[in-house]
Amino acid sequence: MSRISNCFAALKAEKRGALIPYIEAFDPDYETSRKLLAAMAAEGADLIEIGVPFSDPAADGPTIQLAARRALKAGANLPRILEMVADFRKDNDRTPLILMGYLNPIEQFGTERFLQEAAKAGVDGLIIVDLPYEEAREIRASAKEKGLDLIPLTAPNTPDDRLRMLLKDASGFVYYVSITGITGTRSANEEQLKEAMQRLRRATDLPIVTGFGISTPAQAKAASHISDGAVVASALIKEMVTTFEEDHATEKTIPTVIHSLKKLIEAIRS
Amino acid sequence: MTNSHLKANSLRTGPDLSGHFGPYGGRFVAETLMPLMIELEKAYEMARRDPEFHKELEHYLRDYVGRPSPLWHAQHLSDALGGAQLYLKREDLNHTGSHKLNNVMGQILLARRMGKTRIVAETGAGQHGVATATVCALFGLKCVIYMGATDVERQKPNVFRMHLLGAEVRPVTAGAGTLKDAMNEAMRDWVAHVEDTYFLVGTVAGPHPYPKMVRDFQSVIGTEAREQIRHQTGRLPDGIIAAIGGGSNAMGIFHPFLDDDSVALYGVEAAGLGLDSGKLAASISRGRPGVLHGNRTYLLQDQYGQIEEAHSISAGLDYPGIGPEHSWLNDIGRVSYVSITDQEALDAFQLLTHKEGIIPALESAHAVAYAQKIAPTMDKDKILIVNISGRGDKDVPTVAAHLGVTL
Repeated sequence: MSRISNCFAALKAEKRGALIPYIEAFDPDYETSRKLLAAMAAEGADLIEIGVPFSDPAADGPTIQLAARRALKAGANLPRILEMVADFRKDNDRTPLILMGYLNPIEQFGTERFLQEAAKAGVDGLIIVDLPYEEAREIRASAKEKGLDLIPLTAPNTPDDRLRMLLKDASGFVYYVSITGITGTRSANEEQLKEAMQRLRRATDLPIVTGFGISTPAQAKAASHISDGAVVASALIKEMVTTFEEDHATEKTIPTVIHSLKKLIEAIRS
Repeated sequence: MTNSHLKANSLRTGPDLSGHFGPYGGRFVAETLMPLMIELEKAYEMARRDPEFHKELEHYLRDYVGRPSPLWHAQHLSDALGGAQLYLKREDLNHTGSHKLNNVMGQILLARRMGKTRIVAETGAGQHGVATATVCALFGLKCVIYMGATDVERQKPNVFRMHLLGAEVRPVTAGAGTLKDAMNEAMRDWVAHVEDTYFLVGTVAGPHPYPKMVRDFQSVIGTEAREQIRHQTGRLPDGIIAAIGGGSNAMGIFHPFLDDDSVALYGVEAAGLGLDSGKLAASISRGRPGVLHGNRTYLLQDQYGQIEEAHSISAGLDYPGIGPEHSWLNDIGRVSYVSITDQEALDAFQLLTHKEGIIPALESAHAVAYAQKIAPTMDKDKILIVNISGRGDKDVPTVAAHLGVTL
C-alpha cells in the first residue's frame, strides 16, 4: 500500500477527514520550509502539499503568487525541492507528500527523469494544475509505473460525463477545487459542497479532498466532514507573512504557522 | 508531423482535432477552464460553418473596420533600396489603426452568439485593448482590460482611449508588469467568472481553439493580399515579411500562402538590444519549447523552466512566447524566423516615413527593416509583400525619446 492509501485507510478507521496544509517550497527560504515540513508532520498534519514555485502561476491568487516570487528569489528549483523531500524522508516515512505545481518546470527538468527522481526522493503524489486529462496520458502511465499518484483536479463546473472520464483510472485521491476561481479568494458554502460530493461519489470510490477557499478552522472542519479532507494554503501563508521582516523569516515564523495549524487540526478532530 | 486525417500535401489544415500543430499547441489549462474551452470550440465550429456568421462578419469588416485594406506598391522605397519591388499591406488603415480589429470583430460576434455579456482581454501595447474596448462600445458590452502596470505607464494615450471607450483598465503589478502578466491575470479573471465572461485573446496563442480561431479571423489579410498582388502584378510574390510578437498579423498573412512553395515566408522576431544581449523577445531564435498560457510553444525561459521577461522597443512584440503554429512552421522549415534589433527597427521606421509618407508601428518597422536587408540582394523584378500591421502614431513619443527629441 502506498503512503497515501495507508493514510486514508487510517483516517477512515478514525472516522475523520484529513487536514492537509500547503507550503510553498523555499518560501521564504530552504531552512524554513524544511523545518515547517517536520513541524507540521509532528503536529499531526495528515498529508502535506508542497507548492513548486513557477514564474507564471495562472491558477493562483495574490498570496501564492507572492509566495512563489519569494521562493524563486530564494533559489527554489525542482532539484533542490526534491533534495528537501529526500531529507524529510530520513526522519519520516509516514506522512504523504504531494507536489503541486505547473507543467513547464517539470518538462524542462525532463518529465521521465523527474518522475523517477521524485519517486526516489519520497514524493507520493503530483498535482499539475495546468495539465488536463487530455494532455496527461503519458505522464499518468509513467507515474503509475513508478508508484506516484497523479491526482486529478475536479471543479464545480465539471460535467458528470467528464467527471467519469477524469476519475475512471485515477489513483491516490481526488482533489475538488471547491470554487470556480483562483486560490485563496472566496469560499464555497456547505450546501454547494454537499451537492458536489454526491456527484463526485457517484464517479469514484477514491477519497476526495477539498481545496481552494478554505481558510478558517470552521471551514476546514466542515470540508473535512463533508469530503475526506481539507487543504489549507493561502490562509496559512498569510499568517506566516505577518511574521516576516522584509520578506525574511524571523524567530516567530515557524511558531506562528504551527499555532494556526494546531487550531485547524483541533477543529477537524473535534 | 501532421496527423493522418489531414491531407499530406497541405500545410493549411492544422491543428489536429486535439488542437496540436505537430508537438505544439494543445490545451494546458486548469480543469475549471476545460468546460469553457470545450464550449468555445463547439461554438466556434458551429459559427465557422454558418454562412450567416460569415455574412455578418463581412458586413462589419467592410463597413466598420474598413476592409479591404489597400496593397500599396512602395516605389520610392523600392528604388531607394535598389532591389525587389516592395508592396505594403496596409493594415495600419483599419479602424483603430492595426490588424487587431480583424480578430476582435470575429470573436465579439462569437461572444454575442454565445450569450456572453462581459468581455475580458489582455493587452501589451494597448492596440488589442483598444480594439476590444471599441467593439464593446459598439455592442454595449461590459469590458475589462488587463494591462501590465509597466505598460500602463508607457502607453498612456492608449489607456486613455480605452477609458473613453468605456472599458475598465486594470493594471497588473505581478511580475514585470507586462503582457505575460496581463495574460495570467486575464485567465484568473476568466476562471472566476465562468458564467458570463468571454476571454477575447488577442493573438494566435493560448489554449486550443484560440490559435486556430485567431488565425482564421486574421487570414483575411493574406486572402486579400493574394488577390491584390495577382491583380496588380499578375503573379504571386516571391516573399512575404511580417513582424512577430505572438504572431497574429504574420499568421494572418502567411496562412493563405503556406502551400505556395514559390513564396518565401519571413517571420521577424524582436532582437531587442541584440540576440546575445539578454534583452530581447525572440522566442524562436533564443528560446526552447515549453508550456505557458495554455499552449506548448517556443518560450524564453531559464534552465529550470521559469519564464523570462522579454524586451523590445516595441511593446507589441514584448512577449516571451510565440503562437504554436509558428513553432511548428519553424521546425518543418516552411517559414524562416529572423530577427531585427531595436535600432534597426528605428532606422526602418524613419526610412519608410521619409520615402512613402507612411508612419508604421514600431512592430511593423521590424518587418520593414528585414525588407531593407533582403530587398537589395534581390533582382528588380522580384516582389516582396511587407505587412504593415499597424500605424505608428502611438509610437511617436517613444521614437522621439530615442532620437533625443523632447516633445
